[in-house]
Amino acid sequence: MPDRLLGSTEAQIGASRPRARSRALLAGRGRYLDDINLPRQVHAAFLRSPVPAAVIDRLEVSAAARSPGVVAVLTWADLAPVCQAWRTLSAAFPGLAAPEQTPLANGRVTSVGEPIALVLAASRALAEDAVAAIELDWRERPAVGVATAALAADAPLVHPELGSNLAWRFAAETGDVAAAFASAATVVEERFVFSRHTGVTLEPRGILAAFEPSEGRLEVWASHQMPHQLQLHLGELLELAMSQVRVTASDVGGGFGVKMHVYPDEVAVCAAARLLGRPVKFVADRLESLMSDIHAREHVIEARLAVDAEGRLLAIDAKGVQGIGSHSVFPRSSTVETLMAMRTLGAPYGLAAARAQADVVFQNKAMTGQYRSVGHPIACAVTERLVDMAARARGEDPLAMRRRNYLEPGDGRCRTALGLEVFDLSHVACLDRLEALMGLPALRQSVAARRQAGEVLGLGFAAFVEMTATGSEVYGMAGVPVAAADTIQLAVEPDGSLKASASLSELGQGTDEGLVQVLADAVGVAPERIGLEMGRTASGPHGGGAWASRGAAIGGEAAWHAGRKLRGQILAAAAALLQTPAAALDLVAGCIVDAQRHERITLAALARTVHFAGHEFPQGTLPQLQVAHHYRREADIAIPTNGIQAALVQLCPETGLVRCLQHWVVHDCGRIINPLLAGEQVRGGVVQGIGAALFEHCRYDAQANFLDGSLADYLVPMAMEMPDIAVGHVETLYRGSTLGAKGAGEAGTCAASAAVLNAVNDALAAVGGGRLAEIPLTPPLVLAALNDRSNAG
Amino acid sequence: MSDLGLETTATLACTVNGEPVRAIVPVRQSLVDWLRHGLGLTGSHVGCEHGVCGACTILVDGRTVRGCLMLAMQVDGLAVETIEGATASGRVVALQAAFRERAALQCGFCTPGMVLTAAELLASEPRPSRARIREAISGNYCRCTGYQAIVDAVAAAGGND
Repeated sequence: MPDRLLGSTEAQIGASRPRARSRALLAGRGRYLDDINLPRQVHAAFLRSPVPAAVIDRLEVSAAARSPGVVAVLTWADLAPVCQAWRTLSAAFPGLAAPEQTPLANGRVTSVGEPIALVLAASRALAEDAVAAIELDWRERPAVGVATAALAADAPLVHPELGSNLAWRFAAETGDVAAAFASAATVVEERFVFSRHTGVTLEPRGILAAFEPSEGRLEVWASHQMPHQLQLHLGELLELAMSQVRVTASDVGGGFGVKMHVYPDEVAVCAAARLLGRPVKFVADRLESLMSDIHAREHVIEARLAVDAEGRLLAIDAKGVQGIGSHSVFPRSSTVETLMAMRTLGAPYGLAAARAQADVVFQNKAMTGQYRSVGHPIACAVTERLVDMAARARGEDPLAMRRRNYLEPGDGRCRTALGLEVFDLSHVACLDRLEALMGLPALRQSVAARRQAGEVLGLGFAAFVEMTATGSEVYGMAGVPVAAADTIQLAVEPDGSLKASASLSELGQGTDEGLVQVLADAVGVAPERIGLEMGRTASGPHGGGAWASRGAAIGGEAAWHAGRKLRGQILAAAAALLQTPAAALDLVAGCIVDAQRHERITLAALARTVHFAGHEFPQGTLPQLQVAHHYRREADIAIPTNGIQAALVQLCPETGLVRCLQHWVVHDCGRIINPLLAGEQVRGGVVQGIGAALFEHCRYDAQANFLDGSLADYLVPMAMEMPDIAVGHVETLYRGSTLGAKGAGEAGTCAASAAVLNAVNDALAAVGGGRLAEIPLTPPLVLAALNDRSNAG
Repeated sequence: MSDLGLETTATLACTVNGEPVRAIVPVRQSLVDWLRHGLGLTGSHVGCEHGVCGACTILVDGRTVRGCLMLAMQVDGLAVETIEGATASGRVVALQAAFRERAALQCGFCTPGMVLTAAELLASEPRPSRARIREAISGNYCRCTGYQAIVDAVAAAGGND
């Protein structure tokens, strides 16, 4: 901060402050979606498709409508008069196939779990009873499950009217890839399989909608990451002005990307509330969550890496397929995942040439969408695995290989081979810090000794670049209405405390606390004197919410500038009242002081005068004491961050179980506003990455029937299987902003899977086993690799 | 809109957080649904309804149970305690303070169940090892923290940090 407060009692930026909201949450006084109830509300339950692909011949709801407690049973025919269908269109993805999507099935279904009919009843239990009484006749159609088979000539079509299952195709090439591979001293290649997993927010998705016909106003409470975006699309789909739509997200029990989309079932609930004129609540149960929340990843990628005789990386070449399910998720499109997975290939390294191609295909499965660290973990695993393979082929230390090849623009900036603009990076510093954090020489000795004693241990590394805090060019140029800017409103209450409102969203990350810290320093008041509201479209300014790790880099910047503006107004008002030049005054800890640090007037007294005794000001002076600041970064499409992770794993030769013994992360997210909370963002992200590497899998059979019925089937990491995670930071400030903050929330997830994958392969190599390039690394896969002696010397 | 007239019901008498309660409940209603929707005790959360995630953890006659795996009627004659009661009595105040200081919660959805589970551990083993803490809370999923901060907080509350 160029103008850090003179004489500020204690800087809040950089302080480890626990979240203020945590007190209420710890006492069970949170207010999550299902804790909110309205008079006359009815409860929703959906009839969902039991099959992956079918034409609906008959949908008879009359018996269900007579079921006890039922208020209505609705189908698409009922909703259509008040609700539009939609297509996911984006100019960022030229040629993107965009089949029509409706909130309830329109004559056919394209995945298990697709909502077909909506029952509204006095309780969820009664609504579920009635769902069982809906009569549904269907003709099952052949389904596409396996992504790599979706483009076969004889593959069934998910959307026959499109004539193909190809949703979009990515291709990029720089340099002479063929020549690089022809000249390479070492070429390594691998076929990678990344299975589907999902976010599993512990609080399921939920929505409560009420319509006031006399005012034409739709009021919605939603467990959502971006209430402003939801407000916009509900307005469009229900043909209401945005001013008639109010969306509130109160406490949100986890997001991770799951709660940032427009889901058919949630639109159906809002349309039903409008039709009925009474409140409708829907809270997904876990089975519904598992089958209808966005899934993530599902890539198959064949990739190779060329290295010269001196161990310099020359080129990467990758060809992938991503299965996105039945539709590209509205409004941002599921293809963002592939875009980022391809664009961030090789990102930590200098490469002369690169080629990346990917087919994004429809399947009769749940939609995929943006899950924490969108696409990056895929690119990171591919790149870092290939780098490890190359280092092994050359017989050298994998860290020496990385150190030699890092792309560090120093004070300048440059582009990666696949087109990312990078700057303000610190790969070497992070690697140095990691080696110190791990006590690497001693650790390696210990690993060697334990291997001698018979343990199957592996140590794996993964460096990464993550693009964060996306700017307005990305969606703006795509024609998709997504706010990359954020706004903070700030006003002084009559007692001198501050009322703040932010367009950001709070899901537990601590964005709220961080914004308060920035505001406190920017204005010159104690954080306890700031009341911050987020997640309410009715009173808060429009903005982006929670995505792309943007809270500190964009929200923090908006808060800083709003705070400085308000501080200027406060000092101007004080100057007018005190008949003193404003430049001679300062605001410190809620007091206006003069150049000698003598208190002249408290902010409370000043505010009281402004609000209740304005006549004391000189004629013509009308202090406002309220500001709004809309912050949009004018340069840089995204802010690159970097870091490196390491994993120590132990394989059990009898069971094939992988045990994570320890994990390390060094990350550079620029200025850290709250080290306590930033560290926990990294740790939480790492565990989601370890979950993906070892356990988590949305399983379908070959015919695209969904096989996970509960959390006993879908494995979420538990405390006893997770390691301690050492976190270190390097702070290389982003030079394009005042605070210099970059994104932190997704870095843990970005490279954790890759580090574990490399560690498991290191362990396998140590005992002469085979290689693995598929996650999750299930016990059968690990056992097969342990027993694969084809590589044994 | 009440659903009681449409359900098979029974009368239930128990204590909840020390207060006697008599209520007519649907016989098929889960304990956690009754606590939340019948009594407004929304501190107990519903995460999976299969007894896996632990977000609905409460105490019945002094022992932790899954509120989603018991029917409300099964606590007839018994004593129920929820996070609201444990908070009011002050018996989990050290854990709550340790969780807060260590940022051992983010979204907070798992937290009430996690605190009650941790309190039960500390009541029987005042100074558990980190491995023992990890084992004891493994029936409670947390999707945000990655668990380490929770282990730290429980260890600190147990005087073993």
